[in-house]
Amino acid sequence: MIDWILTQFPDSILGYIIICAVPLLFILPYALVTIYLEMKMSAHMQDRVAYMRTGWHGTLQPFADILKLLQKEDIIPTAADKFLFILAPYIVFIGTYATFAVLPFTSSYIGSDLDLGLFYLVAVSSLVVVGILMSGWASNNKWSLFGALRSAAQIVSYEIPTALVLLSIVMIAGTMNMQQLSQLQSGGISDWYIFGGPFPIVKKLLLLPLMFILFLVQLTASMAEVNRTPFDIPEAESELVQGYNTEYSGMKFAIFYLAEYANLFAVSAITVVAFFGGWGSPFGSFMSGGVWDLFWFVLKGMFFVSINIWLRWTLPRLRVDQLMYVSWKVLTPFALVCMILIGYILVAF
Amino acid sequence: MNAITEYFGNITQSLKTISIGMGVTFKHLFTPAVTIQYPTVKMKLPERSRNRLYVNMDDCIGCDQCSKACPVNCIEIEIIKSTPEDDLGITSSGQKKKLHVPVFNIDIAKCCYCGLCVYPCPTECIYMTNVYEFSEFDRNNLIYNFAKMTPAEIETAQIKVKKMDEETAAKKVAAALVAAQAKAALDATTQTSTPQQPTEPQ
Repeated sequence: MIDWILTQFPDSILGYIIICAVPLLFILPYALVTIYLEMKMSAHMQDRVAYMRTGWHGTLQPFADILKLLQKEDIIPTAADKFLFILAPYIVFIGTYATFAVLPFTSSYIGSDLDLGLFYLVAVSSLVVVGILMSGWASNNKWSLFGALRSAAQIVSYEIPTALVLLSIVMIAGTMNMQQLSQLQSGGISDWYIFGGPFPIVKKLLLLPLMFILFLVQLTASMAEVNRTPFDIPEAESELVQGYNTEYSGMKFAIFYLAEYANLFAVSAITVVAFFGGWGSPFGSFMSGGVWDLFWFVLKGMFFVSINIWLRWTLPRLRVDQLMYVSWKVLTPFALVCMILIGYILVAF
Repeated sequence: MNAITEYFGNITQSLKTISIGMGVTFKHLFTPAVTIQYPTVKMKLPERSRNRLYVNMDDCIGCDQCSKACPVNCIEIEIIKSTPEDDLGITSSGQKKKLHVPVFNIDIAKCCYCGLCVYPCPTECIYMTNVYEFSEFDRNNLIYNFAKMTPAEIETAQIKVKKMDEETAAKKVAAALVAAQAKAALDATTQTSTPQQPTEPQ
């Protein structure tokens, strides 16, 4: 698909710009759907009905929200560091958007077929921290700065278990290429790494419990990385007003919002590629190829997005020390032990 | 050893409690919502709920009892007496109406919905309705005027009652004059035999 676009625009930078914009085609509709989904799910979990007036069951509400944000006044506080203040939301969004470059949406489409896909992913998602710190500092507001510092501490801590989990996957798969990773698991549901991967039965059974633990670690850590409840201490409304984006309004706020939702899908997609076979159909070659790949990838991604929303509206917020406890004393040791055991299994069998 | 069991105990407990919590929220995801879509769907009011006051002026006899009962003085009533030749009709309970009621204002913004004005009304013409949607942008719009008399009617009634009052006053003066003359005649005949009686004050 990439090659096809490039042949349409030979010797021109235009082709590359179009390739860069392709994930936006997914992110924008996805964000609208997810905003709607989140509002509806949270409402029904509390025995409410959420918006019902705009369109059938409020389906047009996300559009109305976007429209409202577009025409809102864009306020920049007088005491803010104007340059950094304006730059921050874009850096956050770029950090998120860059991860979409290596997400294998189908077997024929991947933004950039990097051999170091997973490594790039771990590296580039840290860019979000820079943007968040920047916004907190530039806002010249104590709550924003507190939120930004907490966010930085949180994301940096939770990157370690995530990296260890991904490292275990790399050890099993022997590749960091996201497309190859999906290819390896494309033989149906039993080939997915969550069920031990495409190995002989003994090795599979030995790997299965470890993979399950790694999956839980990844799920928890990815939730912490997107700053959502129960790990939303950077935004903690009851303590910090709104955290790092307190001073933002209008379009800049919308970009933070969009980045949060895009990031939510990105981490879900990483979980899907690492454990649930990427674009692979659960029935092996049945219902696979072409649009089916996209269907399965988005379906699996949305499933984990829903799990994130579900958990968000179930659990209360963690305290800062509890957050650090979970990361350093639970997730990291578990991931480390699992990684070592996987190493032994891989060597022994 | 104790610390290790506590550590793993904490982890298993947190996993257990999280799954319980998720179970609860999942169950509620499919419980019917309790929301009532208010302007289109309305809650049924309790049978004896008290909301906006209404006065049926056809039955009002202008007795002012509701105004006296009101703890916040939100009812303002003015009355004009009727002349004998006026027929103001009767109330639905058969009572004859004797007073014009040119002003019957209820400041519903002051009303505290206690219902104390309802009970003393002899003709049951003031009562609580089930209307509760009457917000206004201007506070003055919340003063409800129930009186039905037009300014012209009020003027004629006032003129009539004034005329009647003047006539009765004139009659009284004439009667007093007659009485005084009679008394003077009596005094002349009896001279000073009886002590002087105090005259009736006018």
